[in-house]
Amino acid sequence: MPKKKMTNDDTDKKIRIGWFTFLCSEDSTIVMTEIMNDKWQEWKKTFDFRHARVLKSKNILDQLDIAFIEGAIASDEHIAQLKEIREKSKKLVAIGSCAVTGMPSAQRNFFAEPQKQEIEFLLTRFKALPRVMKVSDVVRVDMEVGGCPMEPSKFLEVVEKLTKELKKTS
Amino acid sequence: MHTFDLSMDRITKVEGSASLNVKVENNKVKNVQFKITEYKRFFTQAMIGKPIIGLPQLLARICGTCSNAHIIASIEACENALEIKPTEQTILLRILTMYGLMIRDHALHLYLFSMPDLYNKDSFLELDENNPEEHQILHDGFEVKASGNELSTLVAGRSVHAPYPTIGGFTHFPEKKEIDLIVEKLEKARPAVLRLIEIFEKAPFHFERKTNFMALDSDRYGFLKGCINTGKGKCIPEQEFRNHLEHVVLPYSQASAYKHEGESYMVGALARMNLYGNKLHQRTKKDIGKTLKIFPSSDIFHNNLAQAIEILHSIDDSIDILKNNNFPPEPITKNTPKESVGVGVIEAPRGTLYHKVEIDKNGLIKSGEIVVPTGQNQINIEQDIWKLVDSLLPDTPKENIPLEIEKLIRAYDPCMSCAAHFLKVNWLEK
Repeated sequence: MPKKKMTNDDTDKKIRIGWFTFLCSEDSTIVMTEIMNDKWQEWKKTFDFRHARVLKSKNILDQLDIAFIEGAIASDEHIAQLKEIREKSKKLVAIGSCAVTGMPSAQRNFFAEPQKQEIEFLLTRFKALPRVMKVSDVVRVDMEVGGCPMEPSKFLEVVEKLTKELKKTS
Repeated sequence: MHTFDLSMDRITKVEGSASLNVKVENNKVKNVQFKITEYKRFFTQAMIGKPIIGLPQLLARICGTCSNAHIIASIEACENALEIKPTEQTILLRILTMYGLMIRDHALHLYLFSMPDLYNKDSFLELDENNPEEHQILHDGFEVKASGNELSTLVAGRSVHAPYPTIGGFTHFPEKKEIDLIVEKLEKARPAVLRLIEIFEKAPFHFERKTNFMALDSDRYGFLKGCINTGKGKCIPEQEFRNHLEHVVLPYSQASAYKHEGESYMVGALARMNLYGNKLHQRTKKDIGKTLKIFPSSDIFHNNLAQAIEILHSIDDSIDILKNNNFPPEPITKNTPKESVGVGVIEAPRGTLYHKVEIDKNGLIKSGEIVVPTGQNQINIEQDIWKLVDSLLPDTPKENIPLEIEKLIRAYDPCMSCAAHFLKVNWLEK
């Protein structure tokens, strides 16, 4: 029997998701696409991916229900983008070790002086911040999923919890 | 008459962050800058002073999607520095680790990144479940991806930053019952891969430009060992790689670029298929013999087809290895460190990956170097974009050009996370 077609009304009821990556290896992005192997049909019905560069080209940064942030923060441009995402998101979740703790992307913060001097001209050339920051150094974080990469079961727990919360308040 | 500057802030549906500037004057391209804009994480600095035992796991963090390739290349470099010879079983498990990666990574690229362009969709998830053809592709995509993910998980512990492979062997071994399940899943995914090959064989996108191809070549169509086939009648030993790759600084890009004998070249699935497609698994060759006649090819979009074929080969050879071998636990091979240098070269999904490590007598890292596929492809990508935009002018409206460029870039399957690790470079100030 053919399935019922999704309508615009259905789209309006979907949870609006943003998936953003900053300074990192994007390992949790890959894990998210692996979780999709089992969850894609459910997510297709439940989520409206408004902004996810790994999944689509026409990305829109408007009002989001949940913003997932992967990676550490390394430039003024990153700070501005992250603050804009925070302003537009009901919930913001830091994803993976670099977002939650800064490491290993922040490893240059702990370099010895000669190593710091050696990389200095590159930081200047590309206008990088003197120190790499974790997400909570810049904006308020509602929930965290740590790990390098993130742990799928913990991620799904957080998704389920936030989905329930958002459905209650809508 | 077209005169404009085209800027694309961020290329989508690729790994990591890249942007592009194209300058056009009087219908002629005057400049192309393909910029890898990932901020550097300075891995080749961070490794200095660390013990060799932890190096492969540290360097895995260069890239999420290619992490298992970095682990295997780094292990090979470390073992060469420590003069450790891996056992036959370890080599088989590493081959399977690479096959799991090839299936999962190529499937991610072909279904989630490239397939939407073929169906005029913005996203793979926009394919219509009510349309029988699109319904099939949606299900195929996730099934094939899952089969690679599960093979990686069985053999290496995880498809990202795999925990089981280590210097001197593996810390965990697949059991018969689990192996049988994976063989079944790989067999089940096989028809989907044959459909995938047919789709990319018939795909209407083409772009021809003669270039050079380079890949690690050995008796087996595999990804672990061999010499570096330059496509010009030479096969260079792994440890001599640095004498043959010429480092090129692109001041606008966070990544290093490379040439060989003064010319750009391409690495990746198309290079492998062009240089030694005749070495594919027998079952693969039997089932897609007609398709294989397309190679060698100078059509960059055939990189997609080559990746689809490599998925089938990876499935066929994995089934063969898994059915014909047991994997009893083996101890880790160890050796006492001494001052030395080791080189590890493998074929990652996107092309040849080089790791070099120098250690002291205590097994601490003194220095290292990493050359990644996307860095090697960078100049070739720019030259292709140059020719593509020239060929689109003056008839194509400016607003349609970015999508054509993105499709071409996506065919390379570039990985910016890899490309923007740190290499010690001397910048040439203009």
